[in-house]
Amino acid sequence: MTVIATPPRRERVKAAAFKGVLLLSLGVGLVSLGVLLVDTVVTGAPRLNLDLLRRFPSGRPALAGAQSAIMGTIWVVGLCGLFTVPVGVGAAVYLEEYADPARWYNRALEVNIQNLAAVPAIVYGILGLGFLVRGIGLGQVVLAAALTLSLLVLPIVIIASRQAIRAVPNSIRLGSLALGATRWQTVRRQVLPAAVPGIATGSILALSRAIGEAAPLILLGGLTFITFNPTGLDSAFTVLPIQIFNWISRPQEEFRILAAAAIVVLLVILLAMNSAAILIRSRSQRKW
Amino acid sequence: MTLTIDPTQPALGQRRLGASKPRHGERAIAALLGLCALVSVATTVGIVVALFVPTVEFFRSVSLREFLTTTEWAPLFDRARFGVLPLATATLVTTLCALAVCVPFGLGAAIFLSEYASGRARSLLKPALEVLAGIPTVVYGFFALTFVTPLLQEIWFGPGDPPQIFNGLSAGLVMGVMILPTIASLAEDAMSAVPRSLRAGAFALGSTKLQVSTRVVVPGALSGIVAAIVLGISRAVGETMIVLVAAGGTPNFTFNPAEAMQTMTAFIAAAGMGDQPTGTIGYKTIFAVGAALFVATFVMNQLSIRLVRRYREAYE
Repeated sequence: MTVIATPPRRERVKAAAFKGVLLLSLGVGLVSLGVLLVDTVVTGAPRLNLDLLRRFPSGRPALAGAQSAIMGTIWVVGLCGLFTVPVGVGAAVYLEEYADPARWYNRALEVNIQNLAAVPAIVYGILGLGFLVRGIGLGQVVLAAALTLSLLVLPIVIIASRQAIRAVPNSIRLGSLALGATRWQTVRRQVLPAAVPGIATGSILALSRAIGEAAPLILLGGLTFITFNPTGLDSAFTVLPIQIFNWISRPQEEFRILAAAAIVVLLVILLAMNSAAILIRSRSQRKW
Repeated sequence: MTLTIDPTQPALGQRRLGASKPRHGERAIAALLGLCALVSVATTVGIVVALFVPTVEFFRSVSLREFLTTTEWAPLFDRARFGVLPLATATLVTTLCALAVCVPFGLGAAIFLSEYASGRARSLLKPALEVLAGIPTVVYGFFALTFVTPLLQEIWFGPGDPPQIFNGLSAGLVMGVMILPTIASLAEDAMSAVPRSLRAGAFALGSTKLQVSTRVVVPGALSGIVAAIVLGISRAVGETMIVLVAAGGTPNFTFNPAEAMQTMTAFIAAAGMGDQPTGTIGYKTIFAVGAALFVATFVMNQLSIRLVRRYREAYE
């Protein structure tokens, strides 16, 4: 009787080498992440204090802070959320609950959203510049920035909301309809409440994308030297990533340190948002 | 209860099952939701119109031939030159540098996650890798400029001079790290969609795990892998902040990644910062280069979407 032989030595070496290469591949990403985080924190450490949040940008690095940028980010991204979440959820409800997928225009709508999700961010900046800032003459203001970012993250909100809505089992809908509820009553009282955690998670992730986005806002004039907090929709603005870019592009070493410190602030905000998203997801995991 | 037949009502079989009276509120809501979905269509139309109207005007004053075949790009100078090739080669060089990182390592990570990692390891490693995708690109730009470039200058052993302070190489390499999780995640999806039975069959014929991974799973997931790479290229071509910060701001017709160069996206951002007056040729160049960028990425995204659909149709 023969036993199944262990593979020859050469095969075993090859297998181990292959696995090693795969682990290395994974390591490249993870190690880069680690180095990036450590390097930024170490570089920025000297300026990581409350003055960074309290002070306004200044030509003198010792006096400079990021308050107007942080307030600008809150204004722009807050407004962006107000615009994009209702519209995104509405579009998702339409596509999942109302649209007949056999119709060509509904399929075209779907392909269009997939396409928009992959359009480079800077192209949205050009759209904002051409239509909002110059076209209808909004100027380089908070509202133009918020609208541009809304269009940029809208596909993300739609795609995430659709997934959340699709995960609600059909029996819930059928039960509701069988009890005499109308279509909208079913959506409003059964489907949406059940889909809220998924929608919230997707929206938070979309907004964290908006927080980090600098390229489109550069085109909208977010790079001007702003030493005051936004006061309204028509206020000039700067945001955190753009303030960071501004500091990076200056030659003095002190501004680099400031940039690193501001990056740490930005990453902490993103970390908080992502943790919230993960928390919501794990808290609300419901088995149907 | 006995069923009485009311002669004024239509027979049971003919009765309409829909609402007995029109519900205008319901209709209004459906229309409103449809309108939300139409915002995305309006966005696409807006992008196309915003890009192509000034682009057409641009090509009234600049010949397509000059734009595509000459090698000097100086649209904002007095003696303006409109050869887009330096921007195009810079985009090509940084993209190739990015691909050199994200294709091999992204696919390696995907094979590991799909074929080798236990469920537990995967549920830890995948989110960790995806953190990379959530880091703002300006942060990557800072990393490229202040960490990777000095490192490259230090350890440079290649031919020619070491990299300049601004160079396409470090921008490209860091861009590769940024795109890595995208490729890894999409390729892993495609590999996971390859049916278990194919793997089981190969194992039954005496294949090793290495052979199953490279000769069954990878070929089986090929269209999805290609889709992931194409999407990665599209991301690299469209990425702005990393190249703006780390690759420099001078148009340079070169294929040497160690030199400073300006990509298409970096030009758009730089020209946008300069606050060009509406209607000038400098303002229109932003849109012309933007249109070229949009067309290039659009074609790649379409290709990627089709390829993904292909493997979905094959296996699901």
